[in-house]
Formats: sequence, C-alpha cells, structure tokens
Amino acid sequence: MAIKQLTVFVPNRKGAIVAVTDILAKNNINLRALSIAETEDFGILRLIVNDENTAEKVLKEQGYLIKVVDVVGVKIGDEPGKLTAALDILDKADINVEYLYAFMARTEKHAYVVLRVENNQAAESALTNAGFKLITEADICKL
Amino acid sequence: MAQNYYQKEIETMPVEEIKKLQSEKLVKQVKHVYENVEYYRNLMDEKGVKPEDIKGIEDLHKLPFLTKADLRDAYPYGLLAKPLEDCVRIQSTSGTTGRRVVAFYTQKDIDLWEDCCARAIVAAGGSNKDVCQVAYGYGLFTGGAGLNGGSHKVGCLTLPMSSGNTDRQIQFMTDLGATILCCTPSYAAYIGETLKEQGYKPEDIPLKAGIFGAEPWTEEMRRGIEETLGIRAYDIYGLTETSGPGVSFECSEQSGMHINEDHFLAEIINPDTGEVLPEGEKGELVFTSLDKEAFPLLRYRTRDICVLSRKKCSCGRTLIKMAKPMGRTDDMLIIRGVNVFPSQIETVLLNEGYQPNYQIVVDRANNTDTFEVNVEMSPEQFTDKVSDVLAMEKALANAMKTMLGINPTVHLVAPKSIARSEGKAVRVIDKRKLI
Repeated sequence: MAIKQLTVFVPNRKGAIVAVTDILAKNNINLRALSIAETEDFGILRLIVNDENTAEKVLKEQGYLIKVVDVVGVKIGDEPGKLTAALDILDKADINVEYLYAFMARTEKHAYVVLRVENNQAAESALTNAGFKLITEADICKL
Repeated sequence: MAQNYYQKEIETMPVEEIKKLQSEKLVKQVKHVYENVEYYRNLMDEKGVKPEDIKGIEDLHKLPFLTKADLRDAYPYGLLAKPLEDCVRIQSTSGTTGRRVVAFYTQKDIDLWEDCCARAIVAAGGSNKDVCQVAYGYGLFTGGAGLNGGSHKVGCLTLPMSSGNTDRQIQFMTDLGATILCCTPSYAAYIGETLKEQGYKPEDIPLKAGIFGAEPWTEEMRRGIEETLGIRAYDIYGLTETSGPGVSFECSEQSGMHINEDHFLAEIINPDTGEVLPEGEKGELVFTSLDKEAFPLLRYRTRDICVLSRKKCSCGRTLIKMAKPMGRTDDMLIIRGVNVFPSQIETVLLNEGYQPNYQIVVDRANNTDTFEVNVEMSPEQFTDKVSDVLAMEKALANAMKTMLGINPTVHLVAPKSIARSEGKAVRVIDKRKLI
C-alpha cells in the first residue's frame, strides 16, 4: 500500500538542489512532491516522483547517495482541521511521525499528506479504520 | 609455506656478513661523495670529518645529516655525484610539501632499484607466471617506473596501466587475468569499491596479491582491501630521494618490511637531538644509500617515524625489518596544541565501520584552531532522517575525541566526493596562515 519516497543526500551549497532537479528534468521525470530537511552543511531531499526507478538509477549514476523508503500517503479534505484529525488518529494509536509534508492535487478538492512513520502498516490500518483514504503508487502515477 | 627469493644470497645472508658488506660499501661511498659532491663535502668539512675517518658502519654517526631542506637548497644539480653524461633518468617527488625533489639515476642505479622492486614482487609470491598490473602513476613519480622495472625483472607479464581510468583498470584486470596489483592503498581500496559496485565478488577477481605503498595505511585498511579483493596485501616502502619504492618490502609474515640492507643503511635517531637510538626504539628513520652512483644521499632524514627490528623472520630473510611508519615528523598536525596524525583518524574510521575516505581541514577562527573532518558515507549508512545522520556525525566525533583528546567537527559527505589526485587522496588541508 505504501508509496515510494526517493531520498537524496545533497551538500548545503548553492546550486545543489537545482543540480538534482535538472537531472530529473532531463530524464523526463515529473515531481509530485518535494520537501527538504536541511542542516548547516547538508540537506536531505525527499521526493515523490512519477517514476522512482528511473529517478533512482539516473541519480545514482551521477554519484548521488540515494535511499528509497516506504512512506504512507493519505488523502485528506482541503479544509481546516482535517490534518489535525489525521494526526490525532496516529497519536491515539501511539504512532510516532518522524516527518511529514503535504501537497495539493491539481483537480480534486483534496490535499495529500506524506507521512514517515516507524510502522507503516499500523499507521495505514489506523487511518483506514478511521475512514481516511490512502494513496497508492498507482494514484501517484495518475496525478 | 615454501619461500622464494629473488636474490637469495643477499636476502638470507647472515647478519654479520651483511654488516661487513655495508662497511665496505660505506667507506667507498663516502669517498665517492666527498670527491664529487661539493655540497656534502662542505658539510663534512664544517663538521671536521674526513673520508678516512669513516672505517665502517660504526663510524656512520660521525657524518652530517641531509634533510629535505638541503635537497631544496641544492636543487637541481647540487647533490649530483656523476657527470650528467653518465645519468640516464630523473624521477621527481610529487612536490606536495613544497619544491619538487629531483633525483638522478645512472643505468646501474636503475638496475639496482629494479632489483629491489623485484625482491618485493617475489616476496609477495610473484613469478614469471604472474600478470602484474602496475596502477601506480607512470612518469616522474617513482611508483610506476619502479614496479614496472621490478615486474620485468621477475618476468611477469606487465600491464603498465598507470593510475586512474578505473573502468579500464577493471577491464584489463578481468580480461587479462591480472594476479598482482601494484598501486597506492587508497587506489586499491577505490578499485575494490568499484568492483563491488559492479557486482564482482572477491572470488570473481583473478588477483591473488597486491603490493601497495607510497602513502600511509593502517592494518584495518589492509584487512578491508584483502577482503574486498580476495588477496593478500603487502606493504612496500621507498622514497624518491633514495631511489623509489623497494627500499623495504613485506614478506609472507606481513609484519614489517625487510630493508634491502645491501643497498640502504638504516638508522633510527631522536628527531630533536639527532642522537642515534638503539634497535627497537621509536624515532626518525635515516637512510644512507650505499650503492647509488648519481644521487648518493648519506644520512638522509626521511621524517618517517618508525622502529627497526632484527627479530628472526619466518620467511628466512635476515634483512632488518622496519615497522610501518607511524606518521611523519611533518605529517603530524598540531591542532590546539595536540599532536594529530592522519593515521589516527583512519584507525577511528575503520573501527567505526567507515571506509578510510576522509579529509582533514584545519583553519583558524578567532585565534583558535578549527578542526573539521569530512568523511564519505556509504549508501548503506545513509538514511532519510536528518537526526540519524547528525547522530552518526556525533558518534564519529566522539570516537575521534577519545583517540585524539580534541574534538573535531565531523561532516558526512557523499561517496567519492573527496578529491583524489593521481590516486593519492588529499588527506589534509591546512588553511592556517600563521606567519
């Protein structure tokens, strides 16, 4: 059920991110979502793309440190309080969220939240049981 | 294990006979230098030493030292002892610590140097049945020329690859079944990493032995290379000033390098006082070239810190052994008043499960030394969580603090992002401008 997130290690210096997005663009890879965690000297780029296999391959060829991790994607209504409701459920199920980021769909009246948790299955069943709809790899490709 | 020697008579000569041979050669060499090298004659005259005062190796301590500074002062011809017509080659140092050193060779000098390298190859198990891949740099650097010549003398099929172009190295290695690899240890580790990335297992690699030198490396690094390449890795030592690689070499025992004593007379001295230390004590290694014709250095201070040992070796060689140098008097960094050797950093990295791909950057801010260590992280070590990467950096910094007594800032970086020049990793960048 989980979706794949591409994680890229980049130095924290001018031009480091554009170098990555440039490689992806040249290989016709579409970004669905992007988030960056940065420190003083490095950054970790987290990407949801339409074709993570190709993206992983082309970035590895250029010498990037890459890790593909499973993350939980959940669809939530685009209105105040909806994210809080989803996080509440995880909190009650004692599931710790390492990090999260959100993106909007172009057509639907929905937001998508990407969650990095220790136990994907537990998070997925807690959210599903509470009536949330999870997004799949197939959904990502259709976006 | 059956032992093979390239020049058995010399390599297994009783110690008293070696000393006698050295004494005879020394007397002649001092005379040759005094007569032909004005620079050294002046040093001897200043010290009040005449060639006839040197009757054997017991008088060696009476001679003045030569240092790298003398070589720079005398550049380029000041220490030459033969007319240029008799010289056939020059080799030169990498010049990383200042002005290049240029050394001259007669044909006989080259022959004897190649013999030394041949001894090293045979001690590593080499014979005319082997395919020897020389991936040291060719050109001015002595690594390529020395091992190339040694490999010819042994009768190996020699692959003169020079350094770099790793894909081509791997192609030749696998297509032509190279059994012996000669290069710097950091390049051997790099070739190993690349082979691993390309899906090769140690048993798929035809190599059986490696002869690695020209830069410091640790036992842990040796084990890593041996494991990845499925070989036995032997150390070789030398310096352009005395000839090049092959001044000393490791045997099957892999516990120190036999010095080719028939050509090189070794001493250990206290680097501060110049006093000669007894066997077994740690100090600066000093060499006297006994046979060099064109560029015969007497009592040349190598600045390598090491120990000599005459303990009986299981390989049957009687040649004295030198331990792997523990550092160089000039590689030693003094950071916030503490002595730091790059080899200590390397030991920590290997203990903590990292490849020894690192770079030390020292600078000064607000009158205090800054001490940063960049370390390459492997794809297996990388995680998507910032907190994990920061925790790894902190753990490494703590381990280094335990080893060194001072706290570095550790930065993890992407693999292969630390610059390598001619196969030699650039280990230290000291930006401090104190003068």
